[in-house]
Amino acid sequence: MHIELKGVSKTYGSFKAVDNVSFAIERGKLIGLLGPSGGGKSTLLRILAGLETPDSGEIRINGKRVNDVAPQERGIGFVFQNYALFKHMSVYDNIAFGLTIRKASKAEIKSRVDELLELTGLRGFEKRYPHQLSGGQRQRVAFARALAPRPDLLLLDEPFAAIDAKVRKELRTWLKQLIATIGITSIFVTHDQDEAVEVADEMLIVQQGKLEQQGTPVEVYTQPKSAFVASFVGHSTIIDDPAGLHGFDQAAIPAGAKGIIRPDFVEAGRADEISLPSAAAKGTVKRVFFRGTHLELELTVRANRLIANRSLDQPPLQPGDEVSVLIHRIYVLAEQSAVMVENPLKLDPLPVHI
Amino acid sequence: MKGSKARSVLPGFGLSLGFTVFYLCILVLIPLAGIVVKTTGLTWDQFWQTVTSQRVLASYKISFFTSFFAALINLVFGLIVAWVLVRYKFPGKKLVDALVDLPFALPTAVAGVALTAIYAPNGWVGSLLEPLGVKVAFTPLGITIALIFIGLPFVVRTVQPVLQDLEKETEEAAVMLGAYRWRTFRRVILPELIPPLLTGFALAFARGLGEYGSVVFISGNMPMKTEITPLLIMTKLEQYDYSGATAIALMMLLASFAMLLLINYIQWRSNRRAVTE
Amino acid sequence: MAGAVTSHLSHEAAKRPKHITESPIVKWVLISIALLFLALVVLLPLISVFIEAFKQGMSVYWASITDPDAVSALKLTLMTALIAVPLNTIFGIAAAWAITKFSFRGKNLLITLIDLPFSISPVISGLIFVLLFGAQGWFGPWLDDHNIQILFALPGIVLATTFVTFPFVARELIPLMQAQGVHEEEAAASLGAKGWQIFWRVTLPNIKWGLLYGIILCNARAMGEFGAVSVVSGHIRGETNTLPLHVEILYNEYQFSASFAVASLLVFLAVITLIVKSIVEWRTSIVQAGKEGEQADAH
Repeated sequence: MHIELKGVSKTYGSFKAVDNVSFAIERGKLIGLLGPSGGGKSTLLRILAGLETPDSGEIRINGKRVNDVAPQERGIGFVFQNYALFKHMSVYDNIAFGLTIRKASKAEIKSRVDELLELTGLRGFEKRYPHQLSGGQRQRVAFARALAPRPDLLLLDEPFAAIDAKVRKELRTWLKQLIATIGITSIFVTHDQDEAVEVADEMLIVQQGKLEQQGTPVEVYTQPKSAFVASFVGHSTIIDDPAGLHGFDQAAIPAGAKGIIRPDFVEAGRADEISLPSAAAKGTVKRVFFRGTHLELELTVRANRLIANRSLDQPPLQPGDEVSVLIHRIYVLAEQSAVMVENPLKLDPLPVHI
Repeated sequence: MKGSKARSVLPGFGLSLGFTVFYLCILVLIPLAGIVVKTTGLTWDQFWQTVTSQRVLASYKISFFTSFFAALINLVFGLIVAWVLVRYKFPGKKLVDALVDLPFALPTAVAGVALTAIYAPNGWVGSLLEPLGVKVAFTPLGITIALIFIGLPFVVRTVQPVLQDLEKETEEAAVMLGAYRWRTFRRVILPELIPPLLTGFALAFARGLGEYGSVVFISGNMPMKTEITPLLIMTKLEQYDYSGATAIALMMLLASFAMLLLINYIQWRSNRRAVTE
Repeated sequence: MAGAVTSHLSHEAAKRPKHITESPIVKWVLISIALLFLALVVLLPLISVFIEAFKQGMSVYWASITDPDAVSALKLTLMTALIAVPLNTIFGIAAAWAITKFSFRGKNLLITLIDLPFSISPVISGLIFVLLFGAQGWFGPWLDDHNIQILFALPGIVLATTFVTFPFVARELIPLMQAQGVHEEEAAASLGAKGWQIFWRVTLPNIKWGLLYGIILCNARAMGEFGAVSVVSGHIRGETNTLPLHVEILYNEYQFSASFAVASLLVFLAVITLIVKSIVEWRTSIVQAGKEGEQADAH
C-alpha cells in the first residue's frame, strides 16, 4: 500500500475534528475526499501533509511510519485552496521555489520549470506575477509549483472552490487528465459530490471526523454503507418506516431500520404507464420541478415523501394529480448493515389480494 | 463604483469640499507659502551662504545621522516587536501593545525631560554607563535615543497589520516545498514585509529630522556637536534672524517633501503587487 | 465556508508541528528582546516621570501642581485644546465626507495636502505664523497699528496648535468611511432622508468610535504640543505658558521635582488617551467580528 492511515484522531478542545480514521490507498490512484463543510476533510489532509500533528494513530507512506518526519521531508506536494502563491515572485520563481530549496543546479531547475510550464499550458506567462493572472492560471501555477520537486503524493485542498463555475468544469477535466499523465497518487478535498464523482477513481466519504465509506464512485452510489453516504452521494429520500411501503411489508426488514430510496428506484405515472401496475401504490403529485433533461416529481405516498424522475417525453403531470407509484427497490439500513431489498411484489407478481 | 459627483444622490458635496479647501488654504497652504515668499526676499548668494554655513552643515549632518540610525534601530526592533505582538501569546500582551503607542500620546517635552533624567550622568542608566566610558546625554547618542523613542510606533504600526494579514497558507506552501523556518522567513515572509518596513523606516526618519521637543533636553545643544537643525532654526529666531531661519526651514521642508514622495512611491508600488481577488 | 472553519480551528491549535513554527527557544528569545527593548525605551521614561515627581514627597508635588503659574498654564492648555480640537473635528468630518462619499479630480492631492502638517517639523509650524504675524511679518505692521496681539498671545498659540493637530480627525475618519462605502447613505437618501438626517442617523452611528479616537488623539497632541507653541508663545510666565512649556521652564531652572510633577499631569493625559484607544479598538473589533459573522451566515 502506498498511503496508510491507522486509527488517526485529532481533537481541538472538545471538538473531534478527526475521529479514529483508517484507510489505505494504492499507488497512482486519484482519491476524492468528500464530505460536508467542517467535517474534518481538510484536517485529515493537513495531518497527512504534516501541517497538523495527530493526537493518536499512525501514518505510513510506502510502508514507512512518517508521524515524526517533518513536512519538509515527506515528499508531498500540496495545493492550497487559495493557492498561496508567493506574491513577490514571478510564475517562474514560484515554480522553481521547491527546486532552489533543494539546491538543484540552474540548468536542472530551468529544464524542470520549462517542462511544467509546457505541461500546465503556462508557457509565455513565466515572467508574470500572481496579480497579473486569472484565477484558473493561478491554480495552474500552484499545481506546477507543487509538482516541481517531483513529490510522491499530491494533496489538493478544495482545488476548484475559488474558481467560477464555468471554468471549474474545464479545470476538472484538465486536472484529471494531467494527473493520469503524470501518474502521481493524489488526494483532493471537496464538498461537491458531482466534482468527486466526476474526477475521482476512488472516494473517501468523511462526516463529523469519521470515515463513512471508501470505494469507487459506482460502489459508493450503488452500495452506500450508511444513511449519511446514501443521502450525501446522489439524490435520495430517507424513509423512517420502510416496512410500511406497499409491498415491503412482506420483506424481512429489521425493526428500527431506515429505508433509502433514490429517484431512479421509483416509477410514477398513470396506471397504464407503470410496468407492473399490480405492485404499485396510490400517491399524489405534490410538486413538479423542471430539471433540464427531465422532470422531478415530489410525491406523497401515505405518510411518506418520495422523489421520482419523469421523462419529458411522457405526458406531463400536474400537482394534485393522482398517480400510481411503483417502488422497485430500497436500501435498508440497520445498525451495521446496508442491504438492497427488491420489492417482493415484483418477484412474486401474483398478488394475494386478488 | 462610487458615483461621480454629478450623479451622486448624497447631499453636501459643495459645502463639505468647499469648507475643506477653504480651511486647508487659510490654515496650512497660505502660511506655508509664507516661507517660500520670505526666502525669495534673499538673493541666491545670501540664501546659499545661509544654508551652507559651517554650523548649518554640521546640524544637517547631526540631524541626518541621528535620525537615520534611530530609524535603523527601530527597523530591527520594531520588526521584532511587531512579530512578537502578532505571532505569540504571552501574559500582558494587550498592555504591551498599548504601550507601543505611548510615544504618539506622550507630549514630546515630557519624553525629553524623562529621557534626560534617565540618561544624564547621574541618572538611572547614565550612572551605569558612566564608568564604562559611555556618555549618552548631551551627545549624538542621546539624540539618537530620543529619536528611537519618537520613531518606534511608526515601524511597529506599519508592519503589524501587514504581518497580521499574511496568509498562513503562504508559509505552509513554503514548508511543503521543503523550506525550513529560517528559509521560509527569509524568502517568503520578509519580502512581503519589505514595503511596510521601508514605509515605517521613512516615516520614523522623517519624524526624526523634524523632531524638537524630545531632543532639546537630552542633546545639550552644543553648536557643531549636538545642535540639530530644528534647534538651529529656533536659535536664529531668537536672534531675530528671520530670513536665516526661513532659509533653513525651506531646506527642511524640501527634505520632508522628498520623504513624503518616497513614502507615497513605496506604498503605490506595494499596492500594485497586491493580488486583487 | 470550509476554509473559514478549518483555518479558525487551526488557529486555536495550541500544538503545532515543530517544523512549521519557531522553536520555543527562539520564541522566548524574541519575546524577551521585544519586552526588554520596550521597557528600556518606553516604560522606563514613563516610570521615571512619577518617581522624579514624588522624589521630594507628596507636599512638594501638590505645591508644584497648585502653583499659580502651573494652574494658569493648565488653564491656557485647556483653553487652547477647547478651541483647536472642535475646529479640527468639524474640518475632519467635512473633509472625510467630501473625500469618501464623492469622487472628484485631485482627490489624492487633497489627501496628501491634509497630511502635510504631519511631515513638517513643529518648529517650522511655529515659524510660519511668526512670518505672518511677527513684527517683520506680512500682517505685523497692520496688527500693530490696530493693537491686535496674535503672536506671544492666545491666538498665536491656538493657531500653531490647530496647524499641528490639523490632520488627526480627518486621518482617522477617511480610511474608516472609505471602508464603509456609500451604500447605507444612498439607501437612506432613497428612503427620503435629507442631508443632516443622513449624517446624524446613518453616518455618525457608524463612525462614532473612530471619530472619538480621532478627537482624543487630536486632543492629546493639542495639549502636549511643544515645538510649535514654543516658537509663538514668547514664554511669558502665567500668561502664555502652556503645560509643556511650563515643564521646560521649571526643568531649565533646575526645579526638577516641580517640573516632573507638572509632567506627570501630561502623562495622565497620555495614559487616558491610550486607554480610550484600546477601548475603541476593542469595540471596533467586536463590530467587525459581528459583521463578518453575518457575512458567513449569508453564505
